Parts: sequence; C-alpha cells; structure tokens
Amino acid sequence: MKSVKYLAMSTILGSAVFLAACGEEEAADSSNGSGSESSELEGQVRGDGSSTVAPIMEAIVEEYAAAQPGVQVSSGVSGTGGGFEKFIAGETAFSNASREISEEEIAGLEEAGIEFTEVELAFDGLSVVVSQENDWVDYLTVEELKEMWTETGEEKTWADIREGWPEEPIEYYSPGTDSGTYDYFNEVILEDQDIVRSATLSEDDNVLVQGVLGSPNAVGYFGYAYYLENQDTLRAVPIDNGEGPVEPNNETIESGEYAPLSRPMFTYVSNAAIAEDPAAADFIKFAIENAGDLSEAVGYVRAPQDVYDEDMATIEELAGE
Amino acid sequence: MRYINHEDVAVRTKKRLTKNLLLKGVFAAATTFGLIVLAVLLYRIITQGSGYLSLDFFTSFSSRIPENSGIRAAIVGSIYLMLVVAPVSMFLGVGTAIYLEEYATKNKFNDLIKVNISNLAGVPSVVFGLLGLTIFVRYFDLGISILAAGLTMSLLILPIIIVASQEAIRAVPNELRDASFAMGATKWQTILRVVLPASIPGILTGSILALSRAIGETAPLVVIGIPTILMFMPDGLMSTFTALPMQIYDWTKRPQVAFHDVAAAGIIVLMALLIIMNSIAVFIRNKYQKRY
Repeated sequence: MKSVKYLAMSTILGSAVFLAACGEEEAADSSNGSGSESSELEGQVRGDGSSTVAPIMEAIVEEYAAAQPGVQVSSGVSGTGGGFEKFIAGETAFSNASREISEEEIAGLEEAGIEFTEVELAFDGLSVVVSQENDWVDYLTVEELKEMWTETGEEKTWADIREGWPEEPIEYYSPGTDSGTYDYFNEVILEDQDIVRSATLSEDDNVLVQGVLGSPNAVGYFGYAYYLENQDTLRAVPIDNGEGPVEPNNETIESGEYAPLSRPMFTYVSNAAIAEDPAAADFIKFAIENAGDLSEAVGYVRAPQDVYDEDMATIEELAGE
Repeated sequence: MRYINHEDVAVRTKKRLTKNLLLKGVFAAATTFGLIVLAVLLYRIITQGSGYLSLDFFTSFSSRIPENSGIRAAIVGSIYLMLVVAPVSMFLGVGTAIYLEEYATKNKFNDLIKVNISNLAGVPSVVFGLLGLTIFVRYFDLGISILAAGLTMSLLILPIIIVASQEAIRAVPNELRDASFAMGATKWQTILRVVLPASIPGILTGSILALSRAIGETAPLVVIGIPTILMFMPDGLMSTFTALPMQIYDWTKRPQVAFHDVAAAGIIVLMALLIIMNSIAVFIRNKYQKRY
C-alpha cells in the first residue's frame, strides 16, 4: 500500500509546486506593471450579462488589465436577462445588455434598493440575412418582415410575402428567447406577437449562420459582427422603413439611418459601486473612453462621441469628481 | 456407410455459418462507426487547433486577438477547482460508501437511500448548477468563487464516487473481515486495516474517472455564473475564476472563425488532461488490483 500513498503524495506535491510557480510568475508580472501608471488602484469589479456585448467587454477588460494590473475585473456571459438577475441580486457592479432594461427589471432593482446608470458602449445593426443562393430578395419593408416572422397558424412561402417570389416554404433561424437580440427584434418587429413556431431558435449565433447557409429558402437575423465574418457566403437584406431600402454598414448603423434594427449596446452600472469603489469608477471611465475604438476592433460600430461625453459626465458626477 | 453425412452437414451448417458471419460484420461495423466518428473529430480538432498550441497559449490570458489568446487563467482555475473537488467529494463519497456497506443495517430506509444515490447519478448537471447557485452562492453567501463552484461540482460527482466505492468495498471477501474480527479487531480497525487497503484501487479508479467528468463539465459553471472574461489569476479559494470548458465554450460562440481554432487548441489541452487522468486510473487498476 506504500506505493499508493507515494502516488497520492507526489500528485499533491506536484500540483502544489505547479501552483506555487504560477503564483510567483504573477507576482513578477504585477511588479513589472507598477510604475507605468501614475495612480495604482486595487480591488475587484464584477460584471455579467449579454454575450453579444461580451466581445467589446473582453477587449476593454484586456486593455484595462494592462493599464491597471491591480484591479481584477471579471465578466460573465449569462445573457442580458441572466445578467440582470445577478445585478438585481447585488452580485455584480455592472451588467451588460444588448437591449434596454425592462420595466420588470427596473422594478426588481427598485425593490432591492439598487440605483443604476445606463452607459452606451456601441451600436450593433441587427442584420437580416439570407443565403447568397437566394437571388430574389432585394429588400424587405418593416411590414413584410413582421408578416414574415409572426405566427399566423399556417405555413408561409416566399410568395406570400411578396408576389413574384418563389412558392417555397420559408425556413426561419432566430436567436434564443433568453437573448437581448431576440427581445429587441420582438420589440421593434414582432411587437409582442408570437414568433413563427417553425423557427429554429439557438443561443449560439454560429448555429444560425450555418442554418441560413444551408438553404436558399432560409432567413435569419443576428448581430452585425456575425454577418461581417460571413459576408462571403451570406447576404444582408436591406431594410425599408418607409424611406427606401437601407443596407447595414458602419455609417448607416452609427447614424441610425438603418432603422429600426440599429440598436445600442449598454452596460448598466450600479451607482453605489461607482460612488464607493474607486476601482469600479475607474474601470467604467476607462470603458467609456475606449469603447468606441475597441468596439470597432471587434466588429461593432462606435456610438456618436456626444453619447460618450454625456455618459462620462454622469459617471464623473457619481464618482464625486 | 459413413456415420456422418458430410454433404448434409455442410448444407445444414452453411446457414448458421452465414448468420454468424453476418452478425460478426454488423458488430464490427458498429465498432468501426464509433471509431470513425472519433477519428474524424480528433482529426478536425487537431488540424484546427494545433496551429495555436504553443507555450504562449499556456502563459497568456484570453484576448480579443485570436493569436494572443491563451488559457492561463482557465487552466489554473480548473486546477484550483480540482483541489476543492477532489478532497471534498472523495471524503464524502468514500465515507458514505463505508457507512452504507459496513455499518448500515439492511432495512427499508437504507435501501431507499441506496436507490436514491443511484438515481442521483442520472440527474442532469444543470440541476446541480441551480442547486449550487441557490445554496452555495446565495444562501451560504460564498459568491461566485472557487469554493462555491468546487462544492457544486463535488455534489455532481458524489453519486459516481459512492457507487464505485460501494462496489469496491463489496468486492472485498467476507472471509477477510471475519479473520480480522477473529483476531479481536474492532469494526473500525477492520475497515482501516483490512477493507480499505483491499478496496483502495477500485475506489481510486472510480474517483479519478469521476474527477475527469468534473473537469470537463460546463453546464453547472454556466448556471452559477462563472465569468469567462477575466485577466487575473485566482489568489485563494474565495477568488473568482474561470475554467477550461467555460473558456472553450465562450470561444466557440464567437463570430470570428479564428476563435473556433483557438477553441480547438483549448479542446486539445482539455483532452490531453482527460487522457492523462484516465490513464492514471487504468494504471492504478492494473497495478494494485488484487484478485481473491
């Protein structure tokens, strides 16, 4: 039995040595980092929320870790709704959202006594896409979109949407009901009517991309970044909101011309965290300052500068500066 | 006249032999099917991910630039997680197994416990995540920490460890126990000096296999709310952390195809870890297993 004990001991010792080595490396890192920044802050800032906002948040956290190595920022990807649930429970200082906070969530925060501030990070253009094999859809009006996506009890073909289009049944691909993307689409297009029952719902946008790619009769919608990555094989449908068809691109999304599917990306911050925790205030200010550049780097569109300026003024006021 | 009519026999056996051959083919095909799927999967992952495997991959944090992305926080987080899960689940699991096999009298209540433990092994891992979120994260106020996640994972693999340990303890022949009692040993002395040493290979094998399940599990961590975006190392059991499967899950959901390759590199590391753990289990079983 000695050999079993030996094995167990060596496993424990081995992992202890490994972890100690990792810890040492970290200590060396943080001493290198000091001196580059004038004011060294320390603390922990926790966030959670939308997976659509996650790429922007990751870029911000990554840059911030280099600027302030003493502050440990972490953010999860539980989805907009899941993030707010943790925000209401008081577990997070900021909550990323790909839609505006709902009445219900505001009520929950009030009940919990948490005051919050809305910070706009970037813009995203919800892109309605079809496969490149689909050569008949030139544009869609908002009414046609609504007609297409709402449940009417019978199977719809492309010909039902506009005369002259083929009589092939439409295949639908939509983000899952837990995502802010779905909520936004529901709000501006479906207007709270049921989404077609035959729609394939998935929380993973790459599944939607594959689905739309698979058939010329398929239609789907998701964030602009996913369209950008797949523009060789997918086609974004221009949307007509009464003023002629508009295609999603950086200019039309930023200017809001790509309406109504151009939507802001938010992070909601707890006022108490900003006022009491200098690390949290510093991180949020860093986020507002860099959100424009970093969001473009990861496939989103910057918000107009005066939006950032306004957010910054609010945060500075909260932080007591 | 011959006693055996070979022609007649040949005709009669031909049918049976064909049947035999046919079924052999079917079973071989079933085996090959699994192997081919595994091979395709391995090939895809290795061709996708090997380009990103380098020392930097282990020493850098996740990044918005795929080439700079690494699993430093994730792999250390996973190891910390194991440091909580291994002692907690093994102590509780082996303890329960000893009680049920050695001390508990056979009655309806104990039978009910045994049946329920087996049922518990079939509960979806998401449910354990919800349990962990409600009890450890919120009620005991441990927050989103290594300890809370470790305790949740321990609950998840507990049934597997209990069942494996029970089997190992049951396999120890009663003659050994009787001999020990005959020498005047108490129950605890018998368990410590006779039963446990004889059953420890089986217990360890089961435990390591259970731990390798815990290291690859994502769902409970997602439910608890383990972050994927973090650029620091855990500095204690109450620290926030991320784990390897969470990091891989996050990368596969990105729009950029390059991140899917980074995810594949992460999968290679996770797979290597699992293979190492499973080989240790096989090694222990082969080396220390005694037959009575």
